[in-house]
Amino acid sequence: MFAYIIRRILATIPVMAVVALFVFSLLYLAPGDPAAVIAGDQATPADVERIRAGLGLDRPFLVRFGEWTWNIIRGDLGVSIFTNLPVSRMIAQRIEPTLSLMVITLFLAVIIAVPMGVVAAWKSGGWIDRAVMAFAVLGFSVPVFVVGYVLAYYFALGLDWFPVQGYTPISQGFGPWLSNLVLPAVALSSAYIALIARITRATMLEVLQQDYIRTARAKGAGQRTILFLHALKNAAVPIVTVIGIGVALLIGGAVITESVFAIPGLGRLTIDAILRRDYPVIQGVVLLFSFVYVLVNLLIDLSYTLFDPRIRY
Amino acid sequence: MALLEVENLQTHFRTPDGGVNRAVDGLSFSVEAGETVAIVGESGCGKSVTSMSILRLIPEPPGQLAGAIRFQGKDLLKLSEREMRAIRGNDISMIFQEPMTSLNPVLSIGQQIGEALRLHQGLSKQEAEAKAVEMLTLVGIPAPAKRVREYPHQLSGGMRQRVMIAIALACNPKLLIADEPTTALDVTIQAQILDLMRDLKHRVGAAIVLITHDLGVVAEVAERVIVMYAGRKVEEAKVAELFRSPKHPYTQGLLGAVPKLGSSLDNETERLAEIPGLVPSLKEKIQGCVFASRCPKMTELCREVPPALEEKAPHHVAACHYAEREAIAA
Repeated sequence: MFAYIIRRILATIPVMAVVALFVFSLLYLAPGDPAAVIAGDQATPADVERIRAGLGLDRPFLVRFGEWTWNIIRGDLGVSIFTNLPVSRMIAQRIEPTLSLMVITLFLAVIIAVPMGVVAAWKSGGWIDRAVMAFAVLGFSVPVFVVGYVLAYYFALGLDWFPVQGYTPISQGFGPWLSNLVLPAVALSSAYIALIARITRATMLEVLQQDYIRTARAKGAGQRTILFLHALKNAAVPIVTVIGIGVALLIGGAVITESVFAIPGLGRLTIDAILRRDYPVIQGVVLLFSFVYVLVNLLIDLSYTLFDPRIRY
Repeated sequence: MALLEVENLQTHFRTPDGGVNRAVDGLSFSVEAGETVAIVGESGCGKSVTSMSILRLIPEPPGQLAGAIRFQGKDLLKLSEREMRAIRGNDISMIFQEPMTSLNPVLSIGQQIGEALRLHQGLSKQEAEAKAVEMLTLVGIPAPAKRVREYPHQLSGGMRQRVMIAIALACNPKLLIADEPTTALDVTIQAQILDLMRDLKHRVGAAIVLITHDLGVVAEVAERVIVMYAGRKVEEAKVAELFRSPKHPYTQGLLGAVPKLGSSLDNETERLAEIPGLVPSLKEKIQGCVFASRCPKMTELCREVPPALEEKAPHHVAACHYAEREAIAA
């Protein structure tokens, strides 16, 4: 098990290297000249050239990539072109709202979607099942910003239950922190819930056909025990896998959700950086997101052993 | 009063095309306390459906149960699902055909044996595990204290069937339904499991309903036999009596299809007898005798009039117009 974890962690290195190369070259190839942007409208070509040299943009690609990688390994993500602040500090300032939003969304999605899928499978073909499936299609096909605006319109502007937008750090109290995150988390979770509920239903349908479910019933086990112990534990591996894959969905969704609800998180930072062609910031944020995704999926793989004794590393 | 009395049981299934599959159609039999009764017949004759009906494990719909299943005088078909749950695994328990798939792969052996004990006897986790170890010892599993923490994939097929038996007997049931308990096992293991069942039956004192298509198994463990065909009982007798003098042409056919020691297989004239034709579809209501289409003795009467179950010899009933009737002693 320990050896496996070490092996898996080592295996993330080439993955991250490929991600790094991709991130670096994508922005290198993208149109627009950051030197010209920083210099502003009134700059002479000589000014632009001076800024470009200062940023090191005039040197060969591989040299820059090598340098950049070496700096990242040392924990230096570079300095923002726009604010002149270290990228790592900018990320640290923005990480709390995004992390809060993602954790709450994840929690909300799992506690709603899994029981939904379980009940749909149990009552398959019935009205509950059809309602869940309809919701699943809807949740997946309505974009997150539409859900966000609709929620804000009714529950913030109309009923005034929650703030319309903004973010309160958790250090200023759990209540205010949570109330600011409820609507964004609900909006962000809708597609995620749809995804998890669908896979839960499909897997449970298969598991409920198995002989050991009949054995459990013959023992006199109640419906709840059968569904949530005997069946769900067998269905857990595909479900947690999709929860892990869905984290990618969350990352993309967080960027949009933070814009809709004006949350000063990494998503906003990313969009601002893209608009300003702030290369170091974009690279830092994308690398961080990739790293989180790789890490989450490693944890998911390791969690399999909790659910299925036949899986041993 | 018999322990179990099944009276005119009808288990029908609605098919998606609107028809009705009469898997069990008017079956009656009874089981005395401590008795072993075998139900035999070929695949699709309704014997498994009968066993599932007794425990009400048939999903309704599409299933539909009618008649009466009286257990200790109580009609199980009239009980609520909650009352039925209190009986399952406690008063009546069941062993299934597939030991490889009938145990939950993600729960430990101890958990699976302990579940019934915790449900029905309210044992704590520790007590249930201690009792599970005791049950594993009883069914002859070596190193029970270690095995109790293991998972089904760590056990062989024969071991798993022993675990299934341990689960079934954990709460000292009065009736054990064994649905083809040895079919999926290889021959030496089959013999071990049958020995174990016989041994435990004496110790626990449970009545057994043994569902099987294997007449060898019947001869070895059962006291009374019920022969089923197309959802109905066609013959019933004590085991020795049935083997000595089968009355129904179907039973005669079944017995004729069993190879005997000493008969040579290369001799063309000594080919194993087989019953020609196929089991009739259960979707249409059969007019006359259910076996008519395959019966060597079939006449016009058989196609028109269903034969009643009659006592052809003492405690020996068969449903056939032409089975000879022996003198029944008063």
